[in-house]
Amino acid sequence: MADPLDDYIDAVSKALALPVEDAWRPAVRANLEVSLRLARLVDDFALPDEAEPAPIFTA
Amino acid sequence: MTMKPETTAAEIAKAVAGGKLSALDAVEASLARIAQHDKVLNSFTDVTADRARAKARAIDADIAAGKTVGPLAGVPFAVKNLFDVAGLATRAGSKINRDRAPAKRDATLIERMEAAGAVLVGALNMGEYAYDFTGENVHDGNSRNPHDTTRMTGGSSGGSGGSVGGALVPIALGSDTNGSIRVPSSFCGIFGLKPTYGRLSRARSFPFVASLDHLGPLARSVTDLALAYDAMQGPDADDGACSVSGVEPVTSLLSGSISGLRVAIAGGYFQKNVFPEAVEAVSRVAQALGTTQVIDIPEAARARAAAYVITTTEGASLHLDRLRKRPNDFDPAVRDRLIAGAMVPAPLVDRAQKFRRWYRAQLAEIFKSVDVLIAPATPCVAPKIGQVTFTLDGVELPVRANIGIHTQPISFIGLPVVAVPVPLEPMPIGVQIIAAPWREDIALRVAHALEKTGVVSAPAPRGF
Repeated sequence: MADPLDDYIDAVSKALALPVEDAWRPAVRANLEVSLRLARLVDDFALPDEAEPAPIFTA
Repeated sequence: MTMKPETTAAEIAKAVAGGKLSALDAVEASLARIAQHDKVLNSFTDVTADRARAKARAIDADIAAGKTVGPLAGVPFAVKNLFDVAGLATRAGSKINRDRAPAKRDATLIERMEAAGAVLVGALNMGEYAYDFTGENVHDGNSRNPHDTTRMTGGSSGGSGGSVGGALVPIALGSDTNGSIRVPSSFCGIFGLKPTYGRLSRARSFPFVASLDHLGPLARSVTDLALAYDAMQGPDADDGACSVSGVEPVTSLLSGSISGLRVAIAGGYFQKNVFPEAVEAVSRVAQALGTTQVIDIPEAARARAAAYVITTTEGASLHLDRLRKRPNDFDPAVRDRLIAGAMVPAPLVDRAQKFRRWYRAQLAEIFKSVDVLIAPATPCVAPKIGQVTFTLDGVELPVRANIGIHTQPISFIGLPVVAVPVPLEPMPIGVQIIAAPWREDIALRVAHALEKTGVVSAPAPRGF
């Protein structure tokens, strides 16, 4: 059975027209796992609906 | 006056302005040291000798004609190769960018350094596209640490750290997105300033993560750091994030008293995952500043995580087309991180940006009761070049992912930091002196006071 994360990598690769050769896949997958783990840490933090993003950042 | 490796920028400028040293002799001394030592250090990717000699001769002609010269007259300096240098393709540590047309105009900060009399002598090695904490580069070879050439310089401003640490130039410019000035400063035993986000113009430098990118100087004394910083300040319409309306010079304020300043040690997250040398360095700085107060920085681990997410996704966005068209021309390690970054779902990036604003508000509260926070710059001294893991408390951890864990939560919200070098044996290590936004003056005054006590210093390494 295909792994869901591998399926996801295939789907996004096609959607973005972004090549992922077989030789790179393990490293791409490992990096994505780290990114998603850290993103989940941020996602777990409750923020109010009114929270504003800081896409244009000023210190 | 004869130039020595340890001669500071301030001493050079004073001697040149006073007619005791020609700018050309100062530049020739730097070029000679580059020729002598850079085969080993590999910090330079371009040496702009003809340009430097012409500029130095022009300064000497001005002095001979009785004209006033700037505060950095005759001071050799070099820049990370993501700064535009007229006539050079801005490679940003990459193979791909070598195909770009040569830059037509210098970066704003080079223009300002040269307007103050400094003389550009070359461009410096760096990690590919600045996505790096090691100073290793598969295209140009690895930067080497002047204190032990089997060790990393730290990155991504690896050549900036190596060239200043090895006393090839007294000042270098670098960039810092997540720690790329502070990490090489720590590993190479020198001072580094990451100013407040928006303070110094990034115009005509190659970007990495627009909302996290900073430029700043590295040097072997606090006065040299301040002289360069003052020379580079000012508004610039060519950088949309440069939000200053004027300049706030600090050099003349360095000797001001720090006795009224409230200093605290960053606790919690910043005291975890550190090697004994980092604990020792923070302890020495805290003792010299007379503080035992520890303040927990809330949610710093999450701040580091959010900085990581924003970095990998904004970086992926920047390079998306290059990843499609020339994936085999990237350093494979950088390529695979960027491809993964392109695959992080958008809502998670939005949440990282929302968290960023929340976290900034928490730190703003803390800075109502303290003026300075101190924290490790790196968890350890420079690892060996190519080292993949280190063992901490019996746990094996990846080197690359852990070098910047203490710098990322600070640059995430743009706070100004001076990295100060504690000259431990056999390898130095840095400590971050962190101030509230726009208070570089405080961080630099504290760094200067520490330098006067001798607790922090940047002696030229043995053999250089």
